[in-house]
Amino acid sequence: MSEISNQLESLSYKAQQIANEASQLASSVAETSGGHSDFIIFGITVLVLACFVGYYVVWSVTPALHSPLMGVTNAISSVIIVGALLAAGPVDSNISKYFGLVAVTLAAVNIFGGFVVTNRMLSMFKKKQ
Amino acid sequence: MSTLTTAAYLVSSVLFILSLRGLSHPSTARRGNFLGILGMTIAIVTTLSNPGVLSYKEIGIAFLIGGLIGTSIAVKIQMTALPQLVAAFHSLVGLAAVFVAASAYYNPSAFNIGAVGSIPMGSLIEMSIGTAIGAVTFTGSIIAFGKLQGFVSGNPLVFKGQHFINLLLGLGIIALIVKFCIDQNQELFWLIVFASFVIGVLLIVPIGGADMPVIVSMLNSYSGWAAAGIGFTLSNNLLIITGALVGSSGAILSYIMCKGMNRSFLNVLLGGFGGEQAASAGGVKDDRQAKQGNAADAAFMMKNSKTIIIVPGYGMAVAQAQHALREMGDLLKAAGAEVRYAIHPVAGRMPGHMNVLLAEANVPYDEVLELDEINRDFSETDVAFVIGANDVTNPAAKTDKTSAIYGMPILDVENAGQVFFVKRGMASGYAGVQNELFFRDNTLMLFGDAKKVCEDIIKGLEN
Repeated sequence: MSEISNQLESLSYKAQQIANEASQLASSVAETSGGHSDFIIFGITVLVLACFVGYYVVWSVTPALHSPLMGVTNAISSVIIVGALLAAGPVDSNISKYFGLVAVTLAAVNIFGGFVVTNRMLSMFKKKQ
Repeated sequence: MSTLTTAAYLVSSVLFILSLRGLSHPSTARRGNFLGILGMTIAIVTTLSNPGVLSYKEIGIAFLIGGLIGTSIAVKIQMTALPQLVAAFHSLVGLAAVFVAASAYYNPSAFNIGAVGSIPMGSLIEMSIGTAIGAVTFTGSIIAFGKLQGFVSGNPLVFKGQHFINLLLGLGIIALIVKFCIDQNQELFWLIVFASFVIGVLLIVPIGGADMPVIVSMLNSYSGWAAAGIGFTLSNNLLIITGALVGSSGAILSYIMCKGMNRSFLNVLLGGFGGEQAASAGGVKDDRQAKQGNAADAAFMMKNSKTIIIVPGYGMAVAQAQHALREMGDLLKAAGAEVRYAIHPVAGRMPGHMNVLLAEANVPYDEVLELDEINRDFSETDVAFVIGANDVTNPAAKTDKTSAIYGMPILDVENAGQVFFVKRGMASGYAGVQNELFFRDNTLMLFGDAKKVCEDIIKGLEN
């Protein structure tokens, strides 16, 4: 009887150990991926919904303003500058930072160029006096 | 990401959506553009306040240089050169996406995606897809820019096995991405970039100059998807939302352009349409004679007309005739005629190009109408004045099933009492099809440069 209870005890101890290891592993996986696996599904949800928003908003744009539409979308697609700023952010200089700085410059050309040229186009559209 | 940051990014996403919404009418469009600027400012300031972003000086310099270049180009550019400007700007977004992805690969900790050599699989997939789309956008837009600017011939460049090579390259890129996600090898990363650069060039070279509206819209769409791809790498909803907005905008514009030509998107992409080859192949010699008129006749007849519809096309943009055209329109209005403008969806080299050029010449936007709005009115119109357009007025699109443009929606100018056709010569249009309209009884050809012809008519009207 006591043998069985001993075995049971050691078995439950082992089970406890395995459970501990498993939870440690799970947390370390979660750390390395930064909860990333969750984000993919979340991100795809956002992407799909945003496509629907885009679909309805863009169809409501009057054909006369399709050129300014391209100007604006060109400017706002440069929101990629968010990634460029994070890349260029660290203090220590390395190749990664230089890539980031180049991307900041390219995106800035687009942001300013896109919004300015769109504004120029739109300021020309006038109603009949 | 802190709650405050996430909230700020949400605000800028909403501002971007409202910015596009503003474009639903010219009267709200400028406010829309302003909301876009506001959204971008919020996005940038929010990112700068991120604790990982410290090198303000270098970033400031990079931002200033870019801003100065962008502003000075945008202020100086001629409105006729808009399509190539937009193509050039798209290429920059593509290249920026490649640089951001490369930066994330070499220093993943700045983006919270692990360490060098142990980047999680999901991030690697997103990173490599973002890179590939960005790289295709970059070189594709450069070729489109070259074709629009005239650096590269506008004729389609077609060679044997072209599509097979593209297919192989496409499959090769997918294989490289799979291998890269397993090995995380830096040579593989740059190979993906290089192969995508090559396929970007190969995809656009077979496409002719007049199909560029579709291509510029398509590249607009790609630049959006590239931004969305980077958004996944950064786990950033703002980039995903904006990317999806831009991506669907470009896709819808491509669809509208394709529909305007009654061609499938695939047919445009496969290329080889139009240009000199098609013109020589389809250019069966026509013995019929078109009636030729002169500016004085045209001036006299238009002066005595009640209703006039002007149909501008790319030729007007090339000749920079929009100002002379508007002046002609003003004189006709002063003489008591109703003058309106009819715009075909694929007129010009980018969507809405003609509207911008006419607006530049001070034509009020409520006198400029789309195909659906004005097409029925041609039968009650005294004079249709076609300037620099061709294929979009060809009645053969409605009747001749063998024609390359059969089924394409056209402006029914032939229903007008009198048609004036301003053209440099009898050459066929982009589709390489002879225009039936030239030989109709009610058509008078006015040969010459579009601007010159308008100026001559103005002289005639003033006398």
